[in-house]
Amino acid sequence: MLLQIHEPGQTPLPHEGEQTKAVGIDLGTTNSVVAVIRDGEAQPFRDEDGSALVPSVVAYAPDGSAIVGAMAQQLALSHPDRVVSSVKRLMGRGAEDIKTVAGTLPYDIEPSDGGMVKLRIADLILSPVEISADILRGLKERAEEALGGEVQKAVITVPAYFDDAARTATRDAARLAGLEVLRLVNEPTAAALAYGLDEGVEGLYAIYDLGGGTFDVSLLRMQKGVFQVRSTGGDAALGGDDFDHVIAERLMAERGTKDPSRAEVRTALTTARMIKEGLSDQDSGTWYMEAEGVRSEHSLSRDDFEEMITPLVQRTLDTCLSVLEDADVFPEDVKGVVLVGGSTRVPLVRRRVAELFGQEPLADINPDEVVAVGAARQADALTGGSDTLLLDVAPLSLGIETMGGIVEKVIERNTSIPVSMAQEFTTYQDGQSAMMVHVVQGEREMVDQCRSLGKFILGGIPPMTAGAARIKVTYSVDADGLLTVSAREETTGVEQTIEVKPSYGLSEDDMATMLRSSMENARGDMEWRLLAEARVEAGRAVDALDAALKVDGDLLEAAEREELVDAGKAVRTAVQGDDRDAINSAVERLDTASLPFAQKRMDRGIGKALKGVAMNDLEHRVGPSDAQ
Amino acid sequence: MADEPSRSTNRTTCWSCKGPVADAALFCDTCSAIQPPGQADHFTRFGQPVAFDLDPPALEAAYFDLQRKLHPDRFATRSGREKALSQSQAVAVNEAYETLCDPLRRAAYLLSLRGRKADVDRDSTINDPALLMESMEAREALADAETVDEVVALSQETTAKIRACEQELAAAFAANDLDQAGELTTKLKYLGKLAGEARARRLKLAGRG
Repeated sequence: MLLQIHEPGQTPLPHEGEQTKAVGIDLGTTNSVVAVIRDGEAQPFRDEDGSALVPSVVAYAPDGSAIVGAMAQQLALSHPDRVVSSVKRLMGRGAEDIKTVAGTLPYDIEPSDGGMVKLRIADLILSPVEISADILRGLKERAEEALGGEVQKAVITVPAYFDDAARTATRDAARLAGLEVLRLVNEPTAAALAYGLDEGVEGLYAIYDLGGGTFDVSLLRMQKGVFQVRSTGGDAALGGDDFDHVIAERLMAERGTKDPSRAEVRTALTTARMIKEGLSDQDSGTWYMEAEGVRSEHSLSRDDFEEMITPLVQRTLDTCLSVLEDADVFPEDVKGVVLVGGSTRVPLVRRRVAELFGQEPLADINPDEVVAVGAARQADALTGGSDTLLLDVAPLSLGIETMGGIVEKVIERNTSIPVSMAQEFTTYQDGQSAMMVHVVQGEREMVDQCRSLGKFILGGIPPMTAGAARIKVTYSVDADGLLTVSAREETTGVEQTIEVKPSYGLSEDDMATMLRSSMENARGDMEWRLLAEARVEAGRAVDALDAALKVDGDLLEAAEREELVDAGKAVRTAVQGDDRDAINSAVERLDTASLPFAQKRMDRGIGKALKGVAMNDLEHRVGPSDAQ
Repeated sequence: MADEPSRSTNRTTCWSCKGPVADAALFCDTCSAIQPPGQADHFTRFGQPVAFDLDPPALEAAYFDLQRKLHPDRFATRSGREKALSQSQAVAVNEAYETLCDPLRRAAYLLSLRGRKADVDRDSTINDPALLMESMEAREALADAETVDEVVALSQETTAKIRACEQELAAAFAANDLDQAGELTTKLKYLGKLAGEARARRLKLAGRG
């Protein structure tokens, strides 16, 4: 660690993240939680009733303003048409994806031409990204009220099994809400982080996470500050909501409803949820449901309920087995099983998980809060600096379409991220001047069985005979699990790069429009971000100069040194102001002024290196076997 | 091809302070800025000798140590350039680790370092008649196994064969007998597949119970 010496009267550069706290957010299907680390303690933000859960429900007032959380949930009773819930299920989804379940979804889907889903809520038409942004704003405000200051940075959790489209949609939502995402962290990984750091467990652990709308299971190895994900699997469309759906279907069948109205579906789902929760504590019961002027009575036992959900629970167990297989381990190798998500309160789930792993699962940390606590730990580690190391994997294989609609995998699932892999392709026709790159995600062999993430065309390939071109396609997945694809024709260097904006995602134009309409100060916000970046860069430049002067300052004449120090001072002064151009040009002047110094330092460095070589060579040359 | 991690005497320029920095250095000595990953073979990246025989705990320790320093999580609040460099460093370290920690991929990589091709990802045909016969018999035995115990017995047999094959590979590489190493690599690939099938079958039986 280098000591930094500052000129008298000059304060150190304000480093980003010191003034404001970074929070951890569990953005859930049914409920969300926001937490922070204070004095080393994880603290979820609670309401007056002590609850950390913020229902992921948004009510839209006639003036377009959004009400988030418990109050929105209450409004659902009186103004069902103005309230939207479970929107996470639609993140990154296209209209095509949800047709099959639209009948039982409590939303009005606005027909659209293949792009991302839009919902009609009273007189508004909103995308899931915008609605999620409203939830995030609500959470941000809750944290700001409690902390008494602005919150700009967050770690947000996503299901491990979220595909690229859904991850991108989540990042976009945060951007709309004015939050900088330090990292997207997988939910089971966040839960493991909370257990590893707060409970001090070590060894191989399975995290079984059954939420409202998603199921994830991850196997992690935890040891002295290292959290290494070994394998992960899940289902982005399986959760406690599905338990509600099977009960609701039964209720409607018992009522003899053939073509239910939306209001009836809603009431049936609400009743179903009460039944599910009731049967977690009691063996049987009778419930009443009233909709469309018809009152009906329904008796269910826990056995009935368990029989109905057995196929769903079995699906989660099958996924557990494949995750074990991927990691090359058996159930008895797993030292502990952590339960996450409200749906793990269902007794059948607990029982079957315990049977599979041959042990009682852990639930020491509240399963509703554990993910947010882990996210807050990671936010703290990213801004405060810590020795904790989190090594995550790509949850799904990423491939490219080849001849005949067959998928060639470029990155296999469970590969450690960040990762970058390349494959070479060629043209199949004489004189072919363009090639389409179709990026898909999934484990199946045929393109139409996988999820399409995007297509782009590499053009400008010079005329060559078939098979002569060498087109290198590179897939890169960053630490957030987001994919960038580039293609390059190797013989000519023609290149195209796209950040995969999924077919169902938002275009940059959409994003800009939303930013404008949602925040009057969108421009100011962007300007603020650029200014912050310029300050970080300027800080790096003067720190580098200070370090160089300390080591090689003797190479300079007094006058040269003074010139450099002055240039450094000018940067420091510029950083105190809010003029980004002034900062950038001060840094540029510093760069130019330090060129001769850099040259002298390089000469000295090479001189030293040559000395080293001479010594080494000498040793070799005096050796007996080395004929000169 | 250097068999020892070579001590580099080359110097390049640090992008941040513009001063000299040793080739393959992770950070600049002067200004401590992160440097690009550079070209190094996977073994050298972890300070391990270029050999088939390696000590898995030492490899893992070196891997964690490098990721602790280089992972993008360490650079979440730094400048864009530093973030990008940290990502390319972490990518290089991950690729090296994933290649070396799997004996089959390690063998194929060593063959490629020595100018031999070994395609472990695609199905290559088994030319050795004895190996072919053994493979067919093992598959039949696995298909006939009805209980977890039977599958476990078969698994253990396969595991023992894998260990033996790895030892022979280490010897072949040490003697620089690349023909032999190539054949053993094919054998290791087939044994690995068999072990995978046995594992899948065992899990299926476990899931039923």
